[in-house]
Amino acid sequence: MKNDISIVLSGEAGQGIRTVELLLMRTLKNSGYNVFSTTELMSRVRGGNNTTEIRVSNKRIEAFIDRIDILIVLSKNAIYRIENRLSKDTIIIGQDSFIEEIYKNDQYRIMDVAISSLAKEVGNLIYSNVITYGILTGIFDIDINLIKEYIINQFSTKGKEITDNNIIAVIKGYEKGKELKLGIQVETDDKIKNQVLLSGTESIGIGALAGGCNFITAYPMSPSTGVIQFLATHSEEYGVVVEQAEDEISAINMIQGAWYAGARAMTTTSGGGFALMEEGISNAAIAEVPIVIHLAQRPGPSTGLPTKTEQADLNLALYAGHGEFPRIIFAPGNFTDGIYLTQKAFNLADKFQVPVIILTDQFYIDSFQSINSIDFTDFKVEHYITRTDKDYERYKITKDGISPRGIPMYGDGFVRFDSHEHDEEGFITEDPDMRTKIVDKRFRKLESYSKDSIDAEIIGSKNYKTLIVGWGSTYGVIKEVIEKLDDNNLAFAYFKQVYPLPNNTEEILSKAKKLVIIENNATSQFGQLIKRCTGMEFQMQILKYNGMPFSLEEIIEKLKGLK
Amino acid sequence: MKTNFDFDQVPETGWCPGCGNFAILKGLKEALDELNINPKNLVISAGIGQAAKISQYVNSNCFNGLHGRALPVATGIKASNPDLIVVGEGGDGDMYGEGGNHFIHAIRRNIDIVNIVHNNMVYGLTLGQASPTSRREFKTPLQVHGVASEPFNPIAVAISLGASFVARAFSGDMKQMKEILKKAVNNKGYSLVDIFHPCVSFNKINNFKWFKDNTYYLDENHDNTDRMEALKKAFETDRFPLGVIYTNGKNKTFEENLIAYKNDKRPLYKREVDQKKIEKLLASN
Repeated sequence: MKNDISIVLSGEAGQGIRTVELLLMRTLKNSGYNVFSTTELMSRVRGGNNTTEIRVSNKRIEAFIDRIDILIVLSKNAIYRIENRLSKDTIIIGQDSFIEEIYKNDQYRIMDVAISSLAKEVGNLIYSNVITYGILTGIFDIDINLIKEYIINQFSTKGKEITDNNIIAVIKGYEKGKELKLGIQVETDDKIKNQVLLSGTESIGIGALAGGCNFITAYPMSPSTGVIQFLATHSEEYGVVVEQAEDEISAINMIQGAWYAGARAMTTTSGGGFALMEEGISNAAIAEVPIVIHLAQRPGPSTGLPTKTEQADLNLALYAGHGEFPRIIFAPGNFTDGIYLTQKAFNLADKFQVPVIILTDQFYIDSFQSINSIDFTDFKVEHYITRTDKDYERYKITKDGISPRGIPMYGDGFVRFDSHEHDEEGFITEDPDMRTKIVDKRFRKLESYSKDSIDAEIIGSKNYKTLIVGWGSTYGVIKEVIEKLDDNNLAFAYFKQVYPLPNNTEEILSKAKKLVIIENNATSQFGQLIKRCTGMEFQMQILKYNGMPFSLEEIIEKLKGLK
Repeated sequence: MKTNFDFDQVPETGWCPGCGNFAILKGLKEALDELNINPKNLVISAGIGQAAKISQYVNSNCFNGLHGRALPVATGIKASNPDLIVVGEGGDGDMYGEGGNHFIHAIRRNIDIVNIVHNNMVYGLTLGQASPTSRREFKTPLQVHGVASEPFNPIAVAISLGASFVARAFSGDMKQMKEILKKAVNNKGYSLVDIFHPCVSFNKINNFKWFKDNTYYLDENHDNTDRMEALKKAFETDRFPLGVIYTNGKNKTFEENLIAYKNDKRPLYKREVDQKKIEKLLASN
């Protein structure tokens, strides 16, 4: 096996697969390997079957692939859900008793490693996950001293006995892993050691801090909750007000009170929670309260598939709220953009006084990858708060539509926000002329946005004839498809700003002879948006809505239909 | 008497002549003025309804937001700048109906705000339907056979949740209402002032005379620090007790518990971000 290895850990919820994933990702990254991992969960706290795919490569990889090179079986019933991803080359490592009889034939390369027995030798089944980590590091022939160091870091807070036992466990696994002699060769690159490893959740959390976020409230909902938990973890050091709201309606209104009083506030939710926030978003629009919302999509409608992935809430974000008003929607596809766009979201919300929505999804949020370190001196927290004077008017009609935003106790004026249609001072009005003027004023705000607007990025051939359009979390897989096919006629337009459509949309689309849209939803919501705004149509749609992210292989297969 | 909270020009109100809201508006402005509160330091966070319009008639800062959502907004304001005096105001439908869940959790948080609820036992803005506090058998254009549900008891709910300050006033008694409002503003922690007032257009049953006949003031013998005693009073409905029914000064406020103010007392808008520190946080991954 060489240069591109896919490892899948398959077991039950509650078995500590995440611990193995994190330890192994860190170890491999710090040894100079490109790594990427993604988790697919059943909606269970215990039992069921969860799988985590870890890819190790000599090139940058950020995508899910179907192929499994090494399958680690950690429980019974761990194979049937991924059976169609196995081939005769797949090495299945696991305890004999966990591998069902139907797989014990010459179609599969099974290596019996009695992980449970080894764990019992150490003293408890709980050591199974560290033994698994040991096996995998043995397979990659990592320096054993480095591994011991990680174990000490991981468990030192739990006391000497537990740490010592984990060291015994990891060595047992490590020796087993080496004995398997899998002959894995992946080129390493020392530069990767300096990269930082993070999850999608952390990219949004760090971006928020860099955007000056100092207030977050949310009602827990998978897969969005990690963001508020991340900020809670760092709340003391960064002075962040963190509150679990009684419901999403409270959350969306609380952040408006916070911005009103001068905070930089956000909420994080998933589709169902976002739906509850719609009235509040509409309120932010008319009262011109800046707000930042992170919407981590999962498949709906309703409860849908709570732990799976989908990109089907673009329309929800695009049309959320009664009445008509401008908004900005970002959809980062990689973690560098996740940090950058979330940081920017706060500045833009403050500058234009509009809702800014960051769209991610379960695949993005629960994945891990390493990125080059970022120079944070490029990030500025831009404040647009005005000191009020005695005659301050909150909704002053200006040329660019942006009325200077005051906050209470800063200056001599009163700050009056209103959900009714209002006059320039913020008093209720039903005057038809004033209504028209104020509506026009609100819409003018985004006319000057084009200077801040973020272009779609072209990846692949500059002389493309066929252009694949994707947005958000499909970035990694489409990029890898482009690299793999290495076709001079093919390029990928990656949209990280999905609304307003970027300035270069028409230009890049009109250069192509054929347009292909790839979306993780059933109705091609972004394709329809492009059609509505530009009149351009896609000759091919590649859509997926079974709860899983796209794999590299399936896009390559589908693209064959193009010729 | 002109207060610091009056406009130079008296705004035209949306209330019916004789509405109890006029008395509440006057009482609130005077109470704030007598406490020497600077209007610049006050925010009224109001919902939607006839009562919530009060935010439009007080010369100060306001956030006149959505129906039912005054308390989450007030919470966000107070937590972002604890130096502000924050009033969350609206009617019985606004606070106890649409905003019922927020009412419960604002009390639990013990956010240091004054929650003023204009309680006339009827919906005014939507022209006369039952409110959560409407009495049984009250007939309306919607409850044509009379209200069947048990009336909501905000006083009992607030006491049972351990609210810091629970009072009931009557708009027909300006002097007492002002005193109660002043105590509520001075109280540190969540303060509920439920104010009975007549709706002259849509509630012909619970009118001025009815409130007068069906209420009485608690005397000095009432120990408002005794939770069980207060709860007993809260359940009296033949004649409703008025005054400060319960106080509980034991709990820390929401803002005091926020870790964001542990090392830095400044309101959030005065703080700067150290990007180098965040860069290091990322690099530590």
